[in-house]
Amino acid sequence: MIERTKMPELEAEIRSHNFEEVALGFNIKQVKIEASRCLDCKNPRCVTACPVNIDIPRFIKLILEDKYEDAYCTIYQDNILPAVCGRVCPQEKQCEGACVLGIKYESVSIGALERFLGDYSLKNNFLKNEIIEENNNKVAIIGSGPAGLACAASIRRMGYHVDVYEALHEFGGVLKYGIPEFRLPKTIVDTEIYRLENLGIKFYKNVIIGKTLTIEQLFNEYNYKAIFIGSGAGLPSSLGIKGENLNGVYYANEFLTRVNLMKANNFPHSNTPVKIGETVAVVGGGNVAMDAARTAKRLGAKKVYVVYRRNMESLPARLEEIHHAIEEGIEFRLLLNPVEIIGEAYEIKKIRCQVMVLGDKDASGRQKPVPTDNYEEFDIDNLIIAIGQSPNPIIKKSTPNLKVDDWGRIVVNDYQTSIPGVFAGGDIVTGAATVILAMGAGKEAAIRMDKYIKTL
Amino acid sequence: MYKILDKVELNKDVDLMVIEAPLVAKNTKPGNFVIIRVDNMGERIPLTIVESDANSITIISQKIGYSTKMLGKKNIGDSLEDVVGPLGVPAHIKPVKTLVAVAGGVGAAPLYPQVKAYFDQGTKIDLIIGASNKEHLILIDKFKDIVENIYICTDDGSMGEKGFVTKVLERLLNEKSYELAIAIGPLIMMKNVVNLNKNYKLKTDVSLNPIMIDGTGMCGNCRVSIGGKTFFACVDGPDFPGEEIDFDELMERQKYYKHEEHICNLMLGEKK
Ligand SMILES: Cc1cc2nc3c(=O)[nH]c(=O)nc-3n(C[C@H](O)[C@H](O)[C@H](O)COP(=O)(O)OP(=O)(O)OC[C@H]3O[C@@H](n4cnc5c(N)ncnc54)[C@H](O)[C@@H]3O)c2cc1C
Ligand SMILES: Cc1cc2nc3c(=O)[nH]c(=O)nc-3n(C[C@H](O)[C@H](O)[C@H](O)COP(=O)(O)OP(=O)(O)OC[C@H]3O[C@@H](n4cnc5c(N)ncnc54)[C@H](O)[C@@H]3O)c2cc1C
Ligand code: SF4
Ligand code: SF4
Ligand code: FES
Repeated sequence: MIERTKMPELEAEIRSHNFEEVALGFNIKQVKIEASRCLDCKNPRCVTACPVNIDIPRFIKLILEDKYEDAYCTIYQDNILPAVCGRVCPQEKQCEGACVLGIKYESVSIGALERFLGDYSLKNNFLKNEIIEENNNKVAIIGSGPAGLACAASIRRMGYHVDVYEALHEFGGVLKYGIPEFRLPKTIVDTEIYRLENLGIKFYKNVIIGKTLTIEQLFNEYNYKAIFIGSGAGLPSSLGIKGENLNGVYYANEFLTRVNLMKANNFPHSNTPVKIGETVAVVGGGNVAMDAARTAKRLGAKKVYVVYRRNMESLPARLEEIHHAIEEGIEFRLLLNPVEIIGEAYEIKKIRCQVMVLGDKDASGRQKPVPTDNYEEFDIDNLIIAIGQSPNPIIKKSTPNLKVDDWGRIVVNDYQTSIPGVFAGGDIVTGAATVILAMGAGKEAAIRMDKYIKTL
Repeated sequence: MYKILDKVELNKDVDLMVIEAPLVAKNTKPGNFVIIRVDNMGERIPLTIVESDANSITIISQKIGYSTKMLGKKNIGDSLEDVVGPLGVPAHIKPVKTLVAVAGGVGAAPLYPQVKAYFDQGTKIDLIIGASNKEHLILIDKFKDIVENIYICTDDGSMGEKGFVTKVLERLLNEKSYELAIAIGPLIMMKNVVNLNKNYKLKTDVSLNPIMIDGTGMCGNCRVSIGGKTFFACVDGPDFPGEEIDFDELMERQKYYKHEEHICNLMLGEKK
């Protein structure tokens, strides 16, 4: 068996001081070798494990036949952002996690192949001019994250006039303001969105639904036949401990937004600053925490700790990201739970953590952290809180009859909310999840919207 | 793009601009603000909507740092890169018969729409308006039409009484009684007004101006401690009852980027 091809990467020492993309992608030769490893299974387990059921063996076969454009189109049918998903999907838990080769050997690098096709198509400007038969009905999409973009693309292809409304001044949602440049170059996101504009989708920035326009206005004054809400989970969770409002304490959203959306790493050329001291602690263990820690390192922090209340095996972040973080010198301080942030003159000085041990398994199947009587304190210049996000309540607040659950997530029945004609999907429905799940939801919702409009 | 339809220099540091933004204008209520970006490298900066009509909003901005100075360089016919809003919870206009309003410096601008809303419901208003000097007093003529009495004071005595607004306020509180106070101005002024009013059991509404980015509750940069709880000024405010606000913490938070602001200001020399 040929070994799984390793993706070339920028050297850790170099990349931890810049914002260039870490994983460099396969060249054609590597692509061919990797594609040749696929067994073209009769009942491909990888396909079932992909949330949008991309026909993986088929696109791999087309690669081997040098039919890159067809290979790309095979993915594009089910996933409009291959260059994005190839980079950020938790493949080890999805397609690659299920690949039959993984049982005895190592799984096929499906994500890397998908990324290659995505990049190849962007470089060669694929995509035929699709002929869309207009049906003169209007739909509105709220939010331009993965859910909104996928919904927009799907329903546009059915002939609808599609307007996308975005609160921020750039499009892409978390792909723009959350996931850092060194993992997902912003030019890729922009180019993908530009292609959607070419499909005839209209994008409007600086429109906050619930503030600038209400859902009611969209129906009554703008005559949309249906509306999709893909407003994401943008509300940062707090630790709820003393000292959280001290100077030097960031929520990951603020820190990452300053750098990714506002480009604070180019300050003062770009006018928004970000401040990071010598020693930084990031609380949390997910992708957001890894992104924040690695960003802090790139901004010049000498020591960066990830403080997490369970052990290494329980870190919810993608394996690849954890490896990258370790390579870049991020230190993990495990089994610690912050209990107080200690400051002086309103500025953070240190953090006090309770030492935890692992107890019985909880509902998630992981061992529960149990507090002990021991505490640890250490000096830090910044603390970045990355313990989760919940749905943003702006739309709910201005739309009283929109049903949400106790966590603020919009309640849906088959993508349909409590208001007729209003559909929802992505993080606003599930809570913080993944890019591909959000896209899957957007795509499915488009089918329901079309059905709904046809009954009007 | 958002076109500047009119621009009036209120004094050498403060400009009034009328900006074409029909979508924002439509749902605007007193107390709402916008976030603007002057150009595509710009910071997102919050400014109160002073007035609005069907097609436009009026903002008044003090040129204190890089972004507001860049804004000041724009002229009629130029456009701003981004204007988003209306943001924040509209001011809660309470059914009071008497009100004392306190404006400090450019705080007169955000105060105006609220005082106007009180006037519209028939409240009798006394206004104390203060600034560093005569030049920096703004909107006096507009306020004259809607308040009973105006008390002017300047730090240097170049117009009205010499001294801080709190000096006049204390005198008024000893002479008359009010059902409510609103104060908008520098944090230190709002803090002192709130503390003074507490002695007279008078409630004070204030409008906070922490550093913001998105203005939608996403980043948490704008958080303030009130009565030991955390609030996001962009979505929970910016107006709050003043009594339990931790003003000292907020003043420090506002200064977090002082050094960086200075660096940015150095660039002003390089730009036309
Ligand atoms: C730092 C970070 C790293 C991540 N890494 C990964 C990863 O590696 N792999 C992965 O699969 N997932 C990752 N995720 C999760 C993934 O990004 C999200 O699950 C996904 O983006 C959700 O898509 P969405 O479209 O539902 O919402 P979002 O991407 O949040 O987009 C919502 C959009 O709606 C806009 N909006 C909100 N309210 C309104 C309104 N009222 N009016 C108009 N517009 C509005 C927002 O501004 C935003 O642009 C990460 C998340 C973060 C924060
Ligand atoms: C809800 C709200 C309404 C406001 N209304 C008005 C108004 O009507 N007129 C007016 O002149 N000013 C108003 N401000 C203040 C105004 O936003 C700041 O003066 C402006 O952002 C300063 O930016 P700068 O780059 O010119 O100055 P800088 O030199 O960058 O900063 C000077 C000071 O302004 C504050 N500041 C800096 N960046 C921001 C930011 N992104 N958000 C908020 N504050 C910041 C800080 O306290 C800083 O110390 C308001 C602020 C808020 C939060
Ligand atoms: S979309 Fe994600 S899960 Fe599906 S095949 Fe691509 S990388 Fe795998
Ligand atoms: S499971 Fe693995 S080997 Fe089988 S088709 Fe999918 S990628 Fe190829
Ligand atoms: S400005 Fe970001 S949460 Fe208020």
